[in-house]
Amino acid sequence: MDASPPAERRRRDGVRAAAPLAVAVAAFGVSFGLLARAEGWGWAAPIVMSATTFAGSAQFATLSVLGGGGTVAAAITSALLLNARYGPIGATVAPYLTGPSWSRFLHAQLVVDESWAIAAEGHGRYNPRMLIGAGLTLYAAWVGGTALGAFFGEVLGDPETLGLDAAFPALFLALVVPQVRERRALAAALLGAAIAVALVPLVPAGVPIIAATAACLLGVRRA
Amino acid sequence: MNDAWLGIAAVGLGTVAIKALGPIAFGGRPLPERLTGVVELLAPALLAALVAVQALGAERALVVDERLIGLAAASVALWRKAPMLVVVVVAAASTALTRLLV
Repeated sequence: MDASPPAERRRRDGVRAAAPLAVAVAAFGVSFGLLARAEGWGWAAPIVMSATTFAGSAQFATLSVLGGGGTVAAAITSALLLNARYGPIGATVAPYLTGPSWSRFLHAQLVVDESWAIAAEGHGRYNPRMLIGAGLTLYAAWVGGTALGAFFGEVLGDPETLGLDAAFPALFLALVVPQVRERRALAAALLGAAIAVALVPLVPAGVPIIAATAACLLGVRRA
Repeated sequence: MNDAWLGIAAVGLGTVAIKALGPIAFGGRPLPERLTGVVELLAPALLAALVAVQALGAERALVVDERLIGLAAASVALWRKAPMLVVVVVAAASTALTRLLV
């Protein structure tokens, strides 16, 4: 973006950046808790899942496959396909996670789409403090929202009525715009979006996003 | 019920492992030179794909609905250099309003 290094950004900047999203994340946590309760999962199972998996789309997928009469194997497969993108995403932040392996292991768990995007500083650089601040904020919102939903979700309403499902693409749009000032990055973004859209009707959820990562091969350096 | 717990355990363990893979394998070390060009483009490619799928996707179909109104309003807010909080709120509010009125 610009040549001067950005001012030192701290964990609390990550918390601040994630705060508006935390509201939307919590609302979806509420609906996860509520739907899981309605599927007969009780209150403990949805909270345990949010605390250990911490990946909304995969959790909703598990719930809907099992709820729709699918097998456990099908539910696990579709959820893990949705989360496969965290393989390449984890590799991008890996150089910035220093410290012993237990700390890298724990910090890696705070990576979700939103915290990763907030931590991105362009040109493949990531700020680990932003990642941790944003990740912890979103984790608290997700698990807290799930608990609220599992215990008294009925009173809180449907997040789609509040338009919260539109908050996520808007966030990712806001985060991708500063990253596409260069022609090659813009080309990768357009190609990634095109691949994903083309594949949505053809393959299971999760696969379009993984396939879109092929667009970054535009960056292969010729030896 | 047991199916649910089995799913929760397997998805949880699988996700934890996937997330940990990169940072455990090459944490704290710069990526190989040849990969840096590719990794630089991963964020734009993946973020744009997330925008597209979350604005248009619904299970295994493309659906044009109120989310696009929100995304259009967010684009205007971005173009006017609004802060991120405003962009996100504008998107949710215009989508909610469209759902209420149409």
